[in-house]
Amino acid sequence: MIELDVNGRRHRVEAPGDTPLLYVLRNDLQLNGAKFGCGLGQCGACTVMVDGQAIFSCITPIGAIEGRRVRTVEGLGTVEKPGPMQRAFIEEQAAQCGYCIPGMMMRAQALLEAKPGAGDADVRKALAPHLCRCGTHMRILKAVGRAAKMMGGGK
Amino acid sequence: MDQTLRNHAAALSASLLLLSCGAPEPLGSTAPATPARFDAAQVAHGARLAAVGNCITCHTAPGGKPYAGGYPLHTPFGTVHGTNITPDAETGIGRWSLADFDRAMREGIDPRGRHYYPAFPYDYFTRLTDADIAALYAFVMTREAVRAPEPDNHMLVPRVAVGIWKSKYFHPGRFAPDTSRDARWNRGAYLAESLAHCSACHTPRNKLGAEERDRYMAGGEVGGWHAPALNRESPSPRPWDARKLTIYLWTGLVDDHAITAGPMAPVVRNLAHATRDDVEALASYVAALMQGATGAGPPATPAPPRGEQLTRGAAIYAGACGDCHDRGRAAEGGALRLPLAIALSLPTPANLIHIVRDGIVPLEHEAQPWMPAYKGALTAGQTTDLVVYLRTLSGKPPWSEVEREVKRIEGEAR
Repeated sequence: MIELDVNGRRHRVEAPGDTPLLYVLRNDLQLNGAKFGCGLGQCGACTVMVDGQAIFSCITPIGAIEGRRVRTVEGLGTVEKPGPMQRAFIEEQAAQCGYCIPGMMMRAQALLEAKPGAGDADVRKALAPHLCRCGTHMRILKAVGRAAKMMGGGK
Repeated sequence: MDQTLRNHAAALSASLLLLSCGAPEPLGSTAPATPARFDAAQVAHGARLAAVGNCITCHTAPGGKPYAGGYPLHTPFGTVHGTNITPDAETGIGRWSLADFDRAMREGIDPRGRHYYPAFPYDYFTRLTDADIAALYAFVMTREAVRAPEPDNHMLVPRVAVGIWKSKYFHPGRFAPDTSRDARWNRGAYLAESLAHCSACHTPRNKLGAEERDRYMAGGEVGGWHAPALNRESPSPRPWDARKLTIYLWTGLVDDHAITAGPMAPVVRNLAHATRDDVEALASYVAALMQGATGAGPPATPAPPRGEQLTRGAAIYAGACGDCHDRGRAAEGGALRLPLAIALSLPTPANLIHIVRDGIVPLEHEAQPWMPAYKGALTAGQTTDLVVYLRTLSGKPPWSEVEREVKRIEGEAR
């Protein structure tokens, strides 16, 4: 039994400690925002935040997460009341198929929380580990820039 | 200021009092060169040599134009920047004659008569042949001229004091072949001891930053990474041979030895543009240096983890690492078999900590083996547990101060 703190709620999970966090989020907690892409930490679709930092949840065992704060895209807002990062992505229509977007948003959220004045070069560098096969990169960059302004930073 | 830095600075100041120096004379006339003067074959030869020299790395700022300088090199004596070696007349070397270039390379003196800090490895380039210096000159003088003034250096030692250091530690002179060895070995020795300047990182240095030549290639330190011993003290779990070293230098990956990372990665990236003969020669020379290394491999069956820390480390390994590393390189999504990966067998945990935290990430647009970064995913304590556990797989005695190293490397990243 492992206790996880996800989006401010405590969950008790019946799973071995070496289970990837992603599997537990999707299968046990029904938080399907984080996506399974490669399972190797190479595409970024599974990215969530742990203690404020963006991590690949597909290669992170829950045993290493106990007692730490996990935040997923569901923690950024709701359908009725999306958070600034989510609103920015909607306003810029930054998604095509959308599979990579939750990971992109979580990485961008972690960046902007750590560095509210992040500029375009910072965003490009931070998002480098993330793949988007539809090619919506330019809109994603615009969306993160918009989110930065909405969150009170940005240039 | 860091304590080592203080010691270095104090030692240098002391030697300043003891020694005196004569400033070199400026060279008389300088003649700008024009690309038309250079033969295409000579330029191409220079390009292949520049690849062996890894010149572009220290002469290019992060995200900057090639060879336009500005790369910050952090040394125990402060930060010095790679210079602009494009043919820009004002900020580069556009007004340099071949004689100016030759004196810089061989003697470490700029056309105005000022000493270069020995971060610029003229103590190696002094051994180059005239033909190779001319080819390198032809190569750099035909690059795109970029206007890029040199950023201010922040060195604890004034440039003029470098003359004192040079009088004690700099030995100008040409390469002398060893006639008892074959041509390939001699070619490798020439390259390793001149352009490739391997021992600049792989040999330990004393407090004044000079190589301890009696411990040639016994392993050194660069940019917070350990540069492994390339002599009989090689800690590789399996002995290297010339063929495997060739593959390593050429591709950066040998399944049962190592994957290139840290400051060696750009060296390998550059060697891909050198001639195959030169890479084989370097490998042959280094393999000969390593002759007699025992390669006491890891135990066939590692002892089961004992104690709380090792149990925690083993659990992290099983969840975060084993999925790839237990498959072996041959499998899709596979990775180096860890007891054989050299990072586990080095005298310090620095390289392993860097790799766990930052992964192995190729430059943009390059298709290369890859490992994800675990910073953020693992806390400093978890990284420590994992690194302590991984060390036990190598069968070598435990590292001391793993936790301190993890914190040091985390602090550097901030």
